[in-house]
Amino acid sequence: MNTPTPTTLNTAATPETQSFHGSSLELRNLTMAYGDIEVLRNVSLTVAPGTTTCIIGPSGSGKSTLLRGVNRLHEPKSGNVLLAGESTLGANPDTLRTRIGMVFQHFNLFPDHTAEENVALALWSVKGMPKAQAMERARQRLAEVGLAERADHRPRDLSGGQQQRVAIARALAMEPEVMLFDEATSALDPELVKGVLNLMAGLGRRGMTMLVVTHEMGFARKVADQVVFMDEGEVVEAGTPAQLFDNPRSERLQRFLSEVL
Amino acid sequence: MDWLNTIIRTFFDFGAMAEVLPQLLAVGLLNTLIISIAATVLGTVLGMVVAVMGISPSKWLRVPARIYTDLFRGLPAILTILLIGQGFARLSQSIFGPSPYPLGIIALSLIASAYIGEIFRAGILSVDKGQGEACRALGMSYAKSMALVVVPQGVRRVLPALVNQFIAIVKDSSLVYFLGLLVTERELFRVGQDAAVLSGNLSPLVAAGLLYLVITVPLTHLVNYFDNKFRTGRRRAAPPTSGLKEVKELDAASPLTAGSNT
Repeated sequence: MNTPTPTTLNTAATPETQSFHGSSLELRNLTMAYGDIEVLRNVSLTVAPGTTTCIIGPSGSGKSTLLRGVNRLHEPKSGNVLLAGESTLGANPDTLRTRIGMVFQHFNLFPDHTAEENVALALWSVKGMPKAQAMERARQRLAEVGLAERADHRPRDLSGGQQQRVAIARALAMEPEVMLFDEATSALDPELVKGVLNLMAGLGRRGMTMLVVTHEMGFARKVADQVVFMDEGEVVEAGTPAQLFDNPRSERLQRFLSEVL
Repeated sequence: MDWLNTIIRTFFDFGAMAEVLPQLLAVGLLNTLIISIAATVLGTVLGMVVAVMGISPSKWLRVPARIYTDLFRGLPAILTILLIGQGFARLSQSIFGPSPYPLGIIALSLIASAYIGEIFRAGILSVDKGQGEACRALGMSYAKSMALVVVPQGVRRVLPALVNQFIAIVKDSSLVYFLGLLVTERELFRVGQDAAVLSGNLSPLVAAGLLYLVITVPLTHLVNYFDNKFRTGRRRAAPPTSGLKEVKELDAASPLTAGSNT
């Protein structure tokens, strides 16, 4: 387990920026399908509150689909997902998604909104916060990811790394209990990958529950409390980073690691 | 050079043109613009409804939108205008009075809305799927994500096509004369046509035609101008930068990384 580092932070940060209250997440026999094709079969997984789980595996192994099942961007076919011990499948999907933040590979920022408007949009339109307050909150969140000076830039005037940080700030502004990262650094300049990963690691240390689909094995090894290796829509192996990276049991994972490391 | 004189007398009799010009401007141009603009506004509102229905996840909204579009796009404009203008004449009389003018506008709006609906639908569908997903992932409802993010982006993209549609409506507005307009309600074509019949000379119609061109040609070029602008997009010009600048910026993003690297 990763003990959340007691943060000695800069005093400008408000108390709520100092630590998160991540919730637990549990997948029980989750099966998901596109039409008749089952792309995820009987996946079970437990993520303790405030921990980071990295999901690794080849493309097409169902990693992204798994994330989309958690916040029901795609409805599961069978099985169950529990957030803080309660099934998500009975909940209103819109309400559920306010509790689960998601960061995409291609950022998906709103191109006709400035950085701060991107962050503020859901605050006023979903949470009903007055617009001025939403913008204020947005600027705070942007400052935390080092973008205070670029709050009024539109996405096309930002680099990939900056855009992804806006996207992270946008998700965090909703004060989620769980964060999902779908290959968040795959589309970034090589130089900027580390910075964004550090940002994510920081969230983990501060108590956010995170489910991270990634091809960054270094990140998975250093930051994850749990690593899950998937192939062909199933979990092949799961355990601590040390177990998976140093003593892979399955032949499939041994093969995978020999190719990527 | 007899034939040249004949041509000039038939088509370019400036005396006959000058005589009809005040009427063309004060009555014809005015009514053409009123009819076209009213039909475009109504058609745009209706078109948006048809477009949103057309991309709805529900079959019960999609199918009627499809039928509506096929119907009004598939029929000749003149047929629709006559059917509506004469078929609903009695109903219209009790609401708007004896003039067929409002019915003409409505018929043009219905035709326009079918085209505009398709334009909007194409625009909305061309917006990256990730935009809607990002909205939904933030907890926004389908309606909110459409209204606040997806539709505005789609509409911006099809503004040039909408101007083209307005040009088509301006031209189609001439067909309203079939419904029999009052003298003061005549649009460009009818004013020119009446004058041509009276003077036994086509010059007034040519003058009307020139006025149509005065509306449509500048708009066509305006469309091209905007189209180019939208295509290339605006981007702040920036000198080449070093990636290191951003790497430092990330290191400085202290609150979240707590200053320590993993």
